[in-house]
Amino acid sequence: MVDLRRTPLNTVHRETGAKMVPFGGWDMPVEYAGLISEHLAVREAAGLFDVSHMGELEIDGPGALAFLQRVTANDVARLTDGRAQYSALPNDRGCPIDDVILYRRSAERFLMIVNAANVEKDLEWLQSHRPSNCELRDVSEAYALLALQGPRSESILQTLTPIDLSQLKFYRFFEGEVCGLGALVARTGYTGEDGFELLVAPDKAAELWRALMAAGGEKGLVPVGLGARDTLRLEARMLLYGNDMDETTSLVAAGLGWIVSLDDGKGDFPGRQVLAAEKASAARSSLVGFEVVGRGIARHGYPVLLGDEAAGAVTSGSYAPFLKKSIGLCYLPSARASVGTDFDVEIRGRRVSARVVPTPFYKRPR
Amino acid sequence: MYPQELRYSKDHEWVAVDGDRGRVGITDYAQNQLGDVVFLELPEVGRTLAPGEQFGTVESVKAVSELYSPVAGEVVEINSELTSKPELINEDPHGVAWIMVVRITDPATVAALMDAKEYQAFVESEAK
Repeated sequence: MVDLRRTPLNTVHRETGAKMVPFGGWDMPVEYAGLISEHLAVREAAGLFDVSHMGELEIDGPGALAFLQRVTANDVARLTDGRAQYSALPNDRGCPIDDVILYRRSAERFLMIVNAANVEKDLEWLQSHRPSNCELRDVSEAYALLALQGPRSESILQTLTPIDLSQLKFYRFFEGEVCGLGALVARTGYTGEDGFELLVAPDKAAELWRALMAAGGEKGLVPVGLGARDTLRLEARMLLYGNDMDETTSLVAAGLGWIVSLDDGKGDFPGRQVLAAEKASAARSSLVGFEVVGRGIARHGYPVLLGDEAAGAVTSGSYAPFLKKSIGLCYLPSARASVGTDFDVEIRGRRVSARVVPTPFYKRPR
Repeated sequence: MYPQELRYSKDHEWVAVDGDRGRVGITDYAQNQLGDVVFLELPEVGRTLAPGEQFGTVESVKAVSELYSPVAGEVVEINSELTSKPELINEDPHGVAWIMVVRITDPATVAALMDAKEYQAFVESEAK
């Protein structure tokens, strides 16, 4: 057995009584008090997640912007200092090598947060495309990443920072102090709720975690594991790399055409032509959200049938704790992917009916 | 922790024997491993089960677990309350969340099960 990697918060999780599981080579908390109660806390109050397994890459130098324009799908020129952008690294077929969040710290300094399992792959790909007038560094070891998510996140975090959070809009960030510690605070997340993601030095992570828990205790803040992180993101129809998309599913098919920029200033990038054609008409298949109409829970990998025709597999599927339904995502031929389409999911040998529904399944009240 | 009056299988089911009737459920260890239970598939009354035969499934948000009969018997009753309240499995696995009652057709299959102390030791060895 290979030794599992540990985040700087591993001891904190064990002291808190988390159920720990191996996850992509990491020893991670899957749940603390229980998945459903954690999920509901994030929808109704707030939850604190350790997502330090995620990777961070720094791209600096006079050529950084031009380089990022050539390797990402979204228009990096739209970023100004303190803005973040959801994007992807497409291959020449327009399929994501990874999905990422890009942060512009200054005109020549960018940070990219990437999926834990893809750090090495992304680095290799980016290095092979990197011009000499910018630098690329893997700084994953230099950061712990905490996510504070839920409707009470702002009021909890505001007690620990002098920055006026009410002025920090969605997908904006600042670098400043949180309980006296240097942090990068972004108004981003993976739950469908308002919230923040905080990058801090690894040796400060436990102190920040405890300060947040202390500040949020009376407001219903609870620690949340990767189990509820997955069900929260699914209810909000946020995609999971490796399940809902990979190097064989085009960004347009995955419903991510909105992060594919064909603006004049964007210039060429891998897969641009394929993606432009798909945006103009349609991709062959489309990722749809569905509800199980019959009894059962459709899970990742379960076969999907349109009539008697095999139509692939469930990419994500779960019981949805807030909606109290069995929901999922799968690819269907675009011609048969409209809302209301009925199909079957084979649940351990049994055919159960399912129906395409509008997504996101859950949208937070504003 | 594990009630003395129950017998336990290596598949983490328990059986409470009363004459030729055996009430069957899953253990606290099993529910804890699963996490929040949200769905069950129960057997039909009248079905004949061999020891170790799969008779249903219990699903948490994250996992599917098959249920295996700890004894040889015929299903005479199922706990239909669990269909609408699967969370009872987490709340009281050795009590109200019994899953089915069987008419035991081979008492030797009961004798082969573990007592509470043996099961406790078994669970501790599994956890390592």
